[in-house]
Amino acid sequence: MWILRINMTDQSYKLEDIPEEYRQLYGRALTSQIVFDEVPPLCHPLGPNNKLIFSAGIVTGTTAATSARISVGAKSPLTGGIKEANAGSAWGPDLARLNIRALVIEGQPKEKGAYWGATIEWDPTAQKPAVVFFDATPYAGRDVYEVYPKIFERFGDSVSVASVGAAGERGYANSGIVFNDMAKRPSRFAGRGGLGAVMASKGLKFVVLNDKGAPGVPIADPALFAEGKNKLNDAILTHDISKPKGGLNTYGTAVLINILNEAGGLPTRNFSSGRFEYAGETAGEAVFETNKERMGKEIYNHACSPGCIIQCSNTLYNPDKSERTSCVEYESTWALGANLGVRDLDDIATMIQLCNAYGLDTIETGGTLGVAMEAGIIPFGDSKGAIGLIEDMGKGTPMGRLLGSGTETTGKAYGVTHVPTVKGQSMPAYEPRAVKGIGITYATTTMGADHTAGYTIAPEILGVSGKVDPLSAEGKAAMSRAFQATTAFIDSSGHCLFIAFPILDIASGFEGFVQECSGVLGTHWTADDIVAYGAKVLKTERAFNEAAGIKAEADRLPEFMRLEPLPPHNQVFDVPDSALDSVFKEM
Amino acid sequence: MRVKVRLYASLRSYLPGMKIGDTTELEIQDGACIADLFRELHIPREIVKMSFVNGISREPDFVLNADDQVGIFPPIGGG
Repeated sequence: MWILRINMTDQSYKLEDIPEEYRQLYGRALTSQIVFDEVPPLCHPLGPNNKLIFSAGIVTGTTAATSARISVGAKSPLTGGIKEANAGSAWGPDLARLNIRALVIEGQPKEKGAYWGATIEWDPTAQKPAVVFFDATPYAGRDVYEVYPKIFERFGDSVSVASVGAAGERGYANSGIVFNDMAKRPSRFAGRGGLGAVMASKGLKFVVLNDKGAPGVPIADPALFAEGKNKLNDAILTHDISKPKGGLNTYGTAVLINILNEAGGLPTRNFSSGRFEYAGETAGEAVFETNKERMGKEIYNHACSPGCIIQCSNTLYNPDKSERTSCVEYESTWALGANLGVRDLDDIATMIQLCNAYGLDTIETGGTLGVAMEAGIIPFGDSKGAIGLIEDMGKGTPMGRLLGSGTETTGKAYGVTHVPTVKGQSMPAYEPRAVKGIGITYATTTMGADHTAGYTIAPEILGVSGKVDPLSAEGKAAMSRAFQATTAFIDSSGHCLFIAFPILDIASGFEGFVQECSGVLGTHWTADDIVAYGAKVLKTERAFNEAAGIKAEADRLPEFMRLEPLPPHNQVFDVPDSALDSVFKEM
Repeated sequence: MRVKVRLYASLRSYLPGMKIGDTTELEIQDGACIADLFRELHIPREIVKMSFVNGISREPDFVLNADDQVGIFPPIGGG
């Protein structure tokens, strides 16, 4: 295993051995550690001193189910702090099988507007990965749906591709890095925090991986790995949420729209209500039934990446049976639906497709458009106007560039006080005033408002891992802390976070998950060990943020959430600051 | 008394023909609880995971009042 460094100042590369202190670090743990060790905390995120790091998880590239996650880290142009965003794609397993523990992109070319691609293949003679650069400038500024087929045509069907769209090229703080799905769609995003702009700032347009002939991932204790893998598989395949034709496979992640709406926690019209009167029309059930009507049969969801046995990715089809978009995620249909007062599923799908085409994060885009509607640029519910504004973002008009800077900047430009961000990052699809634990996660995570960082929704709304009252703050700081630490480990394991549903409820599944990781590494970890691993990751990230000027005072929700009661429960966010501070103080 | 009911995800098949987002009004006996509603709708209790009454999660023995709005879910998750 190596660390592969690509220097974009002169388009050179070198392979380094993995330092002893990185031996057990993978995925988020490794991207965050390298950012901490090598990126000056006060550097400009789009300048020559920032670095972009890719790392797959501990079990990524093995036969472990649902484990094809790739973590991407850097200093974020959106939050000014550390960022890790991850995606499911064949790209992650390919990187792992090429024996590249971390791919570090550094430096910056002098030429403005010039782009390169890097192909990484296995050199069978040298028994090492090798990098070849190519001119990618002709691909710049174009829709990624137009560009991806040309890349596959040029490099072959078996490669996997990471890229950025026009949003990244323009330096938007709202821009993601896109990876291909199983059908070669450019639709799997490490979306949050502006990492697309970091990649583009280095003149890097593509990283194309070909794992042909590569040795694969070594497994220290194959028997332990196999035992763990079987236990985790059984848990995934039997739990009602993750099993075949279960909730995720049938309705996708957007199945959550209705339950959050019933619970009064679905942020609506820029976080002014917890209920959207047309929520059902934008939900996973609507996607499933619309497809059934248009296609004449029931269509179950597909895998975003190889080896996934949950398979939650949907496709929305047009009346003429052509594909409208894939995938309509919960976060996306909320951000561009309820959050904008938009009920038209087809228009929401169009917006998702445009976000993908331009390389925008759907959550940040929806948050920004919600603030734009609050500012009166277009009215709530105006889906055609919203489509037009996303097109402005893609084309780079002055308005589009403002919106591409994200929710907080747009709020400042228009004097809006109702701006749902933490540390500059737009909130996802759960209302903190109606679900207090997730509000604590939003406030305290190192990432800026991020639901995945500590998904207390499981016990607060879904009845997974017990049931707790979402409106109560009692015990929620400790709950968020525990979820955040465990999540930091899951994000380092390479597994999709959705294994949390079966492993939280099924003890043997959790045991199998830990055994799988131990099997790869030759360790004998317990549950305590993985929580300690995750906590160490969080402390490293927090130390970077503090050095970047983001201190405990930033662990707060926007003031309006303490002032304005949210219907229907008419609650404010009443978690005391001392409870927020205790999340890290007591870690 | 009458209560308003919405079924979601796979439970939608217990009220066939309901349009998405529509609410059904059901006549039930005074003092009936959520579990009585399951029986009325022929929904096996073990396939229900979460029930919300007026936006608050309630257990099956929770006693309903007239005009309550009830939302019933099988196990679901996402994110």
